[in-house]
Amino acid sequence: MSEHNGEGRRLRIATAWLGGCSGCHMSFLDLDEVLFDLAEKADLVYGPLTDVKEFPPDVDVTLVEGAVANQDNVELAKAVRANTRVVVSFGDCAVTGNVTSLRNALGDPAELVRRVYVEHPDIRGAMPTDVVPALLPYVEALHEVIPIDVYMPGCPPSADRIKATLLALLDSLAAGEGIPSLDWRGPEDLRFG
Amino acid sequence: MSPRNGRPNVPVTIDGQDVKAFEGESILELARRVGVPIPTLCHLEGLSIHGGCRLCLVDTGDHKLKPACATEVTAELDVTTTNAEIREHRRRIVELLFAEGNHICAFCVSSGSCELQDLATEHHVDHIHYELGYERHDVDASHPKYVLDRDRCVLCTRCVRVCDEVEGAHVWDVAMRGNEARIVAGMDIPWGESSACTWCGKCVVVCPTGALSFKGRATGEMRHDPELVAFLARARDEGEWIDRRAEA
Ligand code: SF4
Ligand code: FES
Repeated sequence: MSEHNGEGRRLRIATAWLGGCSGCHMSFLDLDEVLFDLAEKADLVYGPLTDVKEFPPDVDVTLVEGAVANQDNVELAKAVRANTRVVVSFGDCAVTGNVTSLRNALGDPAELVRRVYVEHPDIRGAMPTDVVPALLPYVEALHEVIPIDVYMPGCPPSADRIKATLLALLDSLAAGEGIPSLDWRGPEDLRFG
Repeated sequence: MSPRNGRPNVPVTIDGQDVKAFEGESILELARRVGVPIPTLCHLEGLSIHGGCRLCLVDTGDHKLKPACATEVTAELDVTTTNAEIREHRRRIVELLFAEGNHICAFCVSSGSCELQDLATEHHVDHIHYELGYERHDVDASHPKYVLDRDRCVLCTRCVRVCDEVEGAHVWDVAMRGNEARIVAGMDIPWGESSACTWCGKCVVVCPTGALSFKGRATGEMRHDPELVAFLARARDEGEWIDRRAEA
């Protein structure tokens, strides 16, 4: 049985990968057989697990992994926000900047890029100009760049936590009720790290 | 908690429950004795009272909230330990502590044994409303056995107090003010060069966060043991030396 949003079409979910290690996506895949339940409830319309180039319109829920570290991240975050009803800040990098933001204490990122691309003995290269997106001066948490509807901390959030949050969200949207009040059972649902 | 003589005879109401408090007892001591939970961070049984973190704020019907750990009961006091306003204050305090330091649990030695991390869960902190600070302090890894990571310090002064009051060595102090405030050994010397340090490790086991840890521990491997101090205080005051391992 497929579930529909209030407008009578199937629910559409997406995932996005910004400045993170993809661990949150790995944890998403750890949903294992729950992925089948999910596929019954919604279509996965965008993300690193699909081969879609442009972020599509009319998405009901997007899980966004990663902090906002470069110009591409900013653009994707804005596209997600413009086309999604419920944006989930997915994992500690999105929620706090986490590991990705460690470089903030080191100041000017140009120096870091020079270290990696120019001074590294194995590369002996030059400063990258195209393909590699420009780094922002400081890595930001996702909510500092776009408004967020639901926060799901964890490094990564466990599959159990993803399941509880996502299924509650989808069921509520299918019933035309918007964002449910997510009851936190305790550390299993809400915990940094 | 020091031993009390006689029977409790001060009438107090706590969350609607009529109880009797000891003369001079703090609201926190009373609450714990009658089984009412109040969150704390700087307070540690067995040490002097600091009253700095403000997590234990309670409502006594006065015009301002009071820290339960540093407020003595008075007759007919009517205490509310939790309501929406208090919970909101506590949540904001936890968020400010996160914002002030660099409390990235994902690569902290104390993840899983951290009172700040637990407080965040308890107070439903799912993100930080304030701009987050970056690392700005030096790590002191000069001691052969222990490490001080100042960006993870919440300035609870437990380490300062336990070293002074229980070990009697007084290695630690708080230097500077405001955003610059930090824990220093001696007159701001590397910890490893402190001749006062006895290597007892009490500061390390009482630290509520990953600021003080045993050297060589990787992410999530540190386990603190703050209850050690209450045990030592009881042993000292009451001459009661039981084997803690047997007790556990
Ligand atoms: S180092 Fe630990 S025990 Fe000492 S003041 Fe900081 S948080 Fe408290
Ligand atoms: S526990 Fe009372 S002020 Fe910190």
